[in-house]
Amino acid sequence: MRTKFFRLSFVLLFIHMFSFGQSEGMVRIDGARYIPLYGRDSTVVAVNDFQLDVYPVTNQEYLQFVKSVPKWQKSKAKKIFADGSYLRNWKNDLELNDTELLNSPVTYVSWFAAKAYCECQGKRLPTMDEWEYAAMADETVKDARVKKSYNEKILSWYEAPRSNENEIGQNAKNFWGIHDLHGLVWEWTSDFNSVLLSGESRKDNEKDNNLFCGSASLGSTDLMNYAAFMRYAFRGSVKANYTIKNLGFRCAKDADNIK
Amino acid sequence: MKSQTLLKSVSLLSLLLMFSCFKDKKTEYASAEEIPVSREMIAELTAPPHVPAPVGKRKAKKLIVKMEILEEEGEITDGVRYVYWTFGGSVPGSFIRARVGDEIEFHLQNHPDNKLPHNIDLHAVNGPGGGAESSFVAPGHEKVFSFKVLNPGLYVYHCATAPVGMHIANGMYGLILIEPEGGLPPVDKEYYVMQGDFYTKGANGERGLQPFDMQKAVDERADYVVFNGKVGSLTGDGALTAKVGETVRLFVGNGGPGLVSSFHVIGEIFDKVYVEGGDLVNTNVQTTLIPAGGAAIVEFKVEVPGTFILVDHSIFRAFNKGALGMLKVEGEENKKIFSGELMDNIYIPEGPGIQTMPTTDEIKESDIPAKSFAEQMEFGKQIYGQTCIACHQSEGQGIAGAFPPLAKSDYLNADVDRAISAVLHGLSGEITVNGEKYNSIMTKQMISQEEVANVMTYVYNSWGNNKTVVTPAMVKKVSGK
Repeated sequence: MRTKFFRLSFVLLFIHMFSFGQSEGMVRIDGARYIPLYGRDSTVVAVNDFQLDVYPVTNQEYLQFVKSVPKWQKSKAKKIFADGSYLRNWKNDLELNDTELLNSPVTYVSWFAAKAYCECQGKRLPTMDEWEYAAMADETVKDARVKKSYNEKILSWYEAPRSNENEIGQNAKNFWGIHDLHGLVWEWTSDFNSVLLSGESRKDNEKDNNLFCGSASLGSTDLMNYAAFMRYAFRGSVKANYTIKNLGFRCAKDADNIK
Repeated sequence: MKSQTLLKSVSLLSLLLMFSCFKDKKTEYASAEEIPVSREMIAELTAPPHVPAPVGKRKAKKLIVKMEILEEEGEITDGVRYVYWTFGGSVPGSFIRARVGDEIEFHLQNHPDNKLPHNIDLHAVNGPGGGAESSFVAPGHEKVFSFKVLNPGLYVYHCATAPVGMHIANGMYGLILIEPEGGLPPVDKEYYVMQGDFYTKGANGERGLQPFDMQKAVDERADYVVFNGKVGSLTGDGALTAKVGETVRLFVGNGGPGLVSSFHVIGEIFDKVYVEGGDLVNTNVQTTLIPAGGAAIVEFKVEVPGTFILVDHSIFRAFNKGALGMLKVEGEENKKIFSGELMDNIYIPEGPGIQTMPTTDEIKESDIPAKSFAEQMEFGKQIYGQTCIACHQSEGQGIAGAFPPLAKSDYLNADVDRAISAVLHGLSGEITVNGEKYNSIMTKQMISQEEVANVMTYVYNSWGNNKTVVTPAMVKKVSGK
């Protein structure tokens, strides 16, 4: 009887995995070639099939992580890998401040910490191209970047204060079934600093990196560029050991691993 | 006696020598770069409309400026909320005051609650990006950079992070004043005023939290053009003040991002304008142009009391978009300079008596006589709109003290022939309407008898009057023709 049940559940699990081809809490994203707003000379970028977490990593999940990996606890993390504000909203190594919610995204984490977390789960941080690819979808289409409503929504979040204190999942899932890529927190990507932004945006205009060439043209693409400008500007302003109140992360995985 | 005089003269001489010695000690530096700094000092920063104390005769110092960036919600006009991005929590940002030769150590602090990275480009800096590149700072971090102040003048500073226009449009600009050696000449009052244009998703006045509208900003279609960040920041309790006889100096900047300002103070002439905030001084200026990303210092002595209105003389911006401030001046009247209203006379071009409207044409009877009451009303309304409305107003309410009302008018309803006569022949002298005395002149109206009948029927059948129907025959009877 007991073995039967065991076998059944195993079969069910197997069917589950087979039919969806994805790990728990992740969704599969079909890769494609697309042109990022800017980046590597505005050329076409190929994104392979990959999986991405449905939600950003929460305080609760991060708490489990630091319980099992003590070297990433608040008091033990090395300053070279996480600056002085690391887990600033935590009371101590294993407790959040009373005002914080377990189901809010974890923030005040460095790139090194985020990377370690994902690796601990057998995952990795998404690349910037992967992240941007998944995030250009709205509720109905894969690439909503030309839609006015999509861009306005993103821009309005940039202006909304304290959104990091919200719980995950309050923003509708997008075409791929992913929540909160926009509207909650900024998110680390594995190669966040591969697009170099000097901090003097007007100068970047003249540089060969073409970051801001879009700003010279008028039309519908402008609004979409502006929404993305701010993301790239943000990424350009951080270093890997920075920990920031509005910056969290989620993990990704190659699709091939589980196919 | 003699020796005493000698002693006196010697001591006087030595005193003179001492002074001249001191004078010699005051070195002229070949360039501002050479001016040495002594001691450190924390810079006083002020929110508009106030400015820090003048530098006066102080020596060049190492000046530490700590500027915090805050993204916070505020009210742009009654009932309309807007998320401002600010230097120091105000729009425009904190006023910085320094002198030539100062070495400024600038600390730019990006509050941890902020969403975005920012930086600062100070037009007073000689260096790449005006400091923008060195000050690019993520939320929850502080960047420090240092610069030597070489050029005197009034300069704009602003955020230059992508998208630059949006950062400026949300309020990230302010002024830094660099005073020359010895400071600007002292004045009685100094104020900080900065214009900016705002672009909101909803139209001007649309209530609620309004997001920034990038498309309008690109098109330069501003919904609000304001002084000091919001409509009415310089009116009512926020009005600038001065006393008669004082000299007022305004540090006026224009943050833009899009519009150029035609800065004017209604009722004043700028005695002095430091054109574009530089060394060039112009005198006796009515309106001075302040470019976006530029500034000017204006000075004027207020001679008489009253309220003086600060405007962008692109005048719809002032009266419809918010670019209006007030300077309230208290003190004694000076009738020699401004008399105020002396008399309110009726202006009559050709002598006294009841006037006719100037016309050479004989009055022509209407080609199309009104056939019904409805037509009388319709034609009458047209006549009213052309002839009567200017004085008696659109709803017959008149203007208190000047033009009597036609609405619910006891004078009108009491005597129809008298009313017809007034239209045909004019009326002057004191009359009492609804208990109010009027002493004015109504001119003879050059309209046909048919038209008189129509317009009077319209008036009698509107606004609570007694519904008399005036016929052409009744008019003819009164006219006696």
